[in-house]
Amino acid sequence: MIIAFIQRAVMLGIPLLFGSTGEIITEKSGHLNLGTAGVMYVGGICGVIGSFLYETNTAAFNPALAVIIPLLSSILGSAVCGLIYSFLTVTLRANQNVTGLALTTFGVGFGNFFGGSLIKLSGNTEIPSIALSATSKVFKTTLPFASKLGVIGDIFFSYSALAYVAIIIAFIASWYFKRTRSGLHLRSIGENPATADAAGINVTAYKYGATVIGSVIAGLGGLYYVMDYANGVWSNDGFGDRGWLAIALVIFAVWRPNLSIIGSIVFGGLLIIHNYIPNTTFSGMELIKMTPYAVTILVLIFVSMRRKRENQPPASLGLSYFREDR
Amino acid sequence: MADNKVREPLFHIVKRSKVALPFWKAWLIRIIAVLAALVFCGIITKILTGLNPLEVYKTMFEGVFKSERKMWKFAQETAMLLCVALAVTPAFKMKFWNIGAEGQVLMGGLATAACMLLFAEKMPTWLLFVLMVATSVIAGAVWAVIPAVFKAFWNTNETLFTLMMNYIAIQLVSYFSYIWSNPKGSGKINTINMSTEIGWLPELWGNKYIFNILIVLTLTVLMFVYLRYSKHGYELTVVGESENTAKYIGINVKKVIIRTLLLSGAICGIAGLLLVAGTDHTVSRDTAAGRGFTAIIVSWMGKFNPAYMILTALLLVFFDQGATQVSSFLHLNNSFSEIISGIIIFFIIGSEFFINYSIKFREKTKEAAK
Repeated sequence: MIIAFIQRAVMLGIPLLFGSTGEIITEKSGHLNLGTAGVMYVGGICGVIGSFLYETNTAAFNPALAVIIPLLSSILGSAVCGLIYSFLTVTLRANQNVTGLALTTFGVGFGNFFGGSLIKLSGNTEIPSIALSATSKVFKTTLPFASKLGVIGDIFFSYSALAYVAIIIAFIASWYFKRTRSGLHLRSIGENPATADAAGINVTAYKYGATVIGSVIAGLGGLYYVMDYANGVWSNDGFGDRGWLAIALVIFAVWRPNLSIIGSIVFGGLLIIHNYIPNTTFSGMELIKMTPYAVTILVLIFVSMRRKRENQPPASLGLSYFREDR
Repeated sequence: MADNKVREPLFHIVKRSKVALPFWKAWLIRIIAVLAALVFCGIITKILTGLNPLEVYKTMFEGVFKSERKMWKFAQETAMLLCVALAVTPAFKMKFWNIGAEGQVLMGGLATAACMLLFAEKMPTWLLFVLMVATSVIAGAVWAVIPAVFKAFWNTNETLFTLMMNYIAIQLVSYFSYIWSNPKGSGKINTINMSTEIGWLPELWGNKYIFNILIVLTLTVLMFVYLRYSKHGYELTVVGESENTAKYIGINVKKVIIRTLLLSGAICGIAGLLLVAGTDHTVSRDTAAGRGFTAIIVSWMGKFNPAYMILTALLLVFFDQGATQVSSFLHLNNSFSEIISGIIIFFIIGSEFFINYSIKFREKTKEAAK
């Protein structure tokens, strides 16, 4: 039972890990993208649209195409969201909170609209609901030797490819921030864009890049959720508030992608732990579901009280930069 | 000669700080943005549904103004959105990004519902009303002041803190929904005091919306006066413009932050009271219905001015309700309205750029003459 619990926790944690890694990259450039919740919906539904069109229109089902098409359409969808956000906040210097919230409204609406109307819009009314089981099966392919390794195999090797992609991306992001020159530039922009600009760093390009790449990574979280966790079945609002949880995870991990790997599994566990505690009442469950948010608040308070330099949010987080404005 | 010539970019952006745009020009830009958004939405609808765009706008209009019931609903929705927007405005003017209005409204609503459930028939009705108002105001204020205290003393990031407080509030409401669920175990609180109607706000002229609307209108006027003519309003504006200036002229910044957030949360609490006791007569995790987030957009679009905020609230509710009508007319998913609202907000957000900045193109002749 403990193994099953860990597996479920990891599976629930992976979308959060994608979301928080993407959000950390964006926040390091000084942009608090509150649209992440919406971007994850868009990433998910674009993958669904891509694979729905492929599954319904193809005669010969090709597993490789079944992965590539949803993946590309998901990346495209979330990249467009990232571009909208960065065009408004970087080029037009709009308020980041307002833009992010608008993006969330738009993204969640976009996901639910196409999730609910895709069948009607496609004109093919014979299909009862969107269940991309064939595509989902391909996405869920696991390592063949995992089941032979017993407990260790179950805990570490039983997940689908995208889950490992999430972990690898998180490690790469950590390495990028700490060990590369370009990562240092990005962090300097988040701390003080004027100084970075004076040092000859192309602030606008970095901000655009960080936001778009961050959005794409977050969007993959939505895709993983639909294709893997939900078995290819889209249900409206099924993804729920998890996009916000990903933003919470950023704080929990004090802006470090490698810490958010552990954090995401902890959060995933907290989301389902009520199923594994005997004799919990329904009301008790609701209180347990509160814990990820409560823990995040405690981390936020603790970090701000300790004032340890390396644990602070990027100094110019949420402020837009205008070169002549000094 | 050609080698050492400095290349000037095609255009550069200048902030309009010294010469602000005249009032009418700024609003002209905003109106153009809304019209552009409408055209864009029309094209999107055309692509998605194949419907004539004019038909879409007509359906939108019908969705809001066709029947008396729809118009009242329009007024009520606008009033409630405006109420939450009024609540967040003083905080925003102080550049305190309170995105926790959703949670503050819920806590106000939860407190109201608790009073209605626990004390009905145990005390005189007038006392119950006093209690309801007091507890909802306190609950909302407490929910807002916790992040404010941490911001004031330890500079804790308020955006993230208030955001998390939303979800604590949502889970608390879910928790009590099970505790007080009716029927038992359903996790839903049915209409409270359905037969006795104890604790329901009065229906003026047989309409349950009028009372709410009047309260919100009063609040709008009060907030306008508070922000523009009171000492408090002045102080919070100074803190928002520059914290250092505020310290220099002897404003106690910590006190102003905490006081403003107490007010902000209290009004959110009232919004919760109006929603629960006035119209819904129950509380659920959807009571605030995202108004806490939309209100931020309303307040920001209205330049933190309560008078303009009436307009922006009307605009957003119009599109929301209109697009809902379009989607039901076409038998589409009603999330269509969220897409439309999102697009329109993007356009309006974008248009602010052209109000605050101007674009100067490169001037060729002068450079050549030198």
